[in-house]
Amino acid sequence: MKKHTISKNILCSLIALIAIIALLAFLQTNKSEYSYQISILERAAIYAVVAVSMNLLTGFTGLFSLGQAGFMAIGAYTVAILTIPVENRASVYYVSGISPVIENLECPFWLALILAGLLAAAVAALIGIPVLRLKSDYLAIATLGFSEIIRAVIAAPQLDRITNGSYGLKNIPGFPNLYVAFGLCALCILLMVLLINSSYGRVFKALREDEIAAQAMGLNLFRYKELAFVASSFFTGIGGGLLAMFMRSIDSKTFQISLTYDILLIVVLGGIGSVTGSVVGSFLVTAGREWLRFFDEPLTVAGINIPLFRSGFRMVIFSILLMVVVLFYSRGIMGSNEFSWDGLGRLIRGIPAKLSGKGRKQKGGNP
Amino acid sequence: MSLTTFLQQCLTGISLGGAYALIAIGYTLVYGILRLINFAHGDIFMMAGYFMIFAMASFPWIIAIPLVLAATVILGVLIERVAYRPLRSAPRMSAMISAIGVSYLLQNLATYLFTALPKGYPEIPFLKKIFQIGGLSASFVTFLTPVLTLIIVYLLIVLINRTKIGMAMRAVSRDYDTAALMGIKINAVITFTFAVGSLLAAVGSVLYFTDRMTVFPFSGSLPGLKCFVAAVFGGIGSIPGAVIGGFILGLGETALVAMGYSTFSDAFTFVLLIIILLIKPTGLFGEKTTDKV
Repeated sequence: MKKHTISKNILCSLIALIAIIALLAFLQTNKSEYSYQISILERAAIYAVVAVSMNLLTGFTGLFSLGQAGFMAIGAYTVAILTIPVENRASVYYVSGISPVIENLECPFWLALILAGLLAAAVAALIGIPVLRLKSDYLAIATLGFSEIIRAVIAAPQLDRITNGSYGLKNIPGFPNLYVAFGLCALCILLMVLLINSSYGRVFKALREDEIAAQAMGLNLFRYKELAFVASSFFTGIGGGLLAMFMRSIDSKTFQISLTYDILLIVVLGGIGSVTGSVVGSFLVTAGREWLRFFDEPLTVAGINIPLFRSGFRMVIFSILLMVVVLFYSRGIMGSNEFSWDGLGRLIRGIPAKLSGKGRKQKGGNP
Repeated sequence: MSLTTFLQQCLTGISLGGAYALIAIGYTLVYGILRLINFAHGDIFMMAGYFMIFAMASFPWIIAIPLVLAATVILGVLIERVAYRPLRSAPRMSAMISAIGVSYLLQNLATYLFTALPKGYPEIPFLKKIFQIGGLSASFVTFLTPVLTLIIVYLLIVLINRTKIGMAMRAVSRDYDTAALMGIKINAVITFTFAVGSLLAAVGSVLYFTDRMTVFPFSGSLPGLKCFVAAVFGGIGSIPGAVIGGFILGLGETALVAMGYSTFSDAFTFVLLIIILLIKPTGLFGEKTTDKV
């Protein structure tokens, strides 16, 4: 019986996978026609990587870190510096010239991405030594501080010949095709899932539940916190690199604190402690921002212009929705559960019962 | 650098520090009682700036300032009631996320209502009058800020140490449940704390923006974070600590700008934060706390 359900689940997953690949193939062949939709999906996939990596810390290890934007900046700048074609560099660094160290340094994008992750991880390892001694809110504010410091260093005039200062970097080569973009995102998320389900992942969860108990069990708190922090930053760095490839041009303003907040919203909306929640959340949030775009357009009903609808209204609605989630549905979409076909089946079967249950209640309320 | 330039920079730094100190007190009060970083505090400060622009459009400053103070207090109390009170027994992370959400909402609301373009801050004539002392020249507000800050801090310390509501605040910050058992109305005390914090943010906003001249929707976020750092530096929960933290931050930042490292002036704050957290995690005047198992 059990074997039967497992094979059914595998079948469902295979069908879903094939459907996704078919969708990608369709989008790939009609690239120019659907460029807007493709860009939304790509951004969502990249945010999903960063959101899962934040969830690895916040949801699974219980470390509330707000340093995502800083590590993304490290990753993005590494990828940008290493992949901008050498012949285009003179035009990118036209203001203050390029440092001879990086002038002829070019490598394929996959190597650049790995290096981006490693560099972010190395910085995280250094930062982690002092910062991980702190608890909850202090940790949040200290990581947030480090993220601002990283940004300030990147924007510093002393590094103009490497990071091009406030002019930012452009002409970053994009993804060769859609499969690479989504494949890389999926691979990163898969690796994080493997980490979460490994014995290390169980230690992370133990830390989240009760640090003191975990310590009493003989676990080296600092070692595992540092491991989670470094692993999360590695993937955040790669996410930043992917973002650079997606945006094709970056500057230090891209990586302000608001970027971290955006990622945090995705994690909260999806459910703290749920990988699939973060993925679903990132697609919903990214697409939702575009769907809500009609709020920004002037709206005329029966010849009367409704004054509420103008630029910026979309974000107000969006933030109110967020507050509603935080206040009333603090578990988010998935809570700390993971997606499963059985769960989906239960949900669908549950709908009629819920509807009739509601109907009965209403009847009882109005005799 | 000549002595006059040095003193001039010091004056600017002290003035900036005074405004920072007023905002930092708001953080310290709220954190002392709720153990919550009120991420929205910086945005309350920014909203106070906008309130002032609109109040000054139709009233003289003598009416406009009390109006702004009242509006900011209402905003602060409202935020506590709607966004923080329902989460009081929830895990700390939820409350913090809610605070970030409120900050996000206020910024988006300001962008929507007042556009993202910087708006000119109204000039209050007597504050902008240029004074000359020796070789130093600065507007009146530069001299007024530190003096006003110290007066307000003195009043606040009296309020907390000598009055009944102050005693209630101290009791609540020490132990929620016991305070409630002693017949203290926790909700009223927390509302009062937010009112005081927002009031000081509004005063700080008038002083800060008179010097800066423009307000835009994100002009509260970075000063907000900096002032939180000032509060941590001085020892969270301690009012003199927040004031000293504010002044150190203002002076340090002005010094960095004067030396030509203006890109690092924001990062300086966080370097300071990390140093203090490493050396003395409870801040300069913080009380040592121990976790009970």
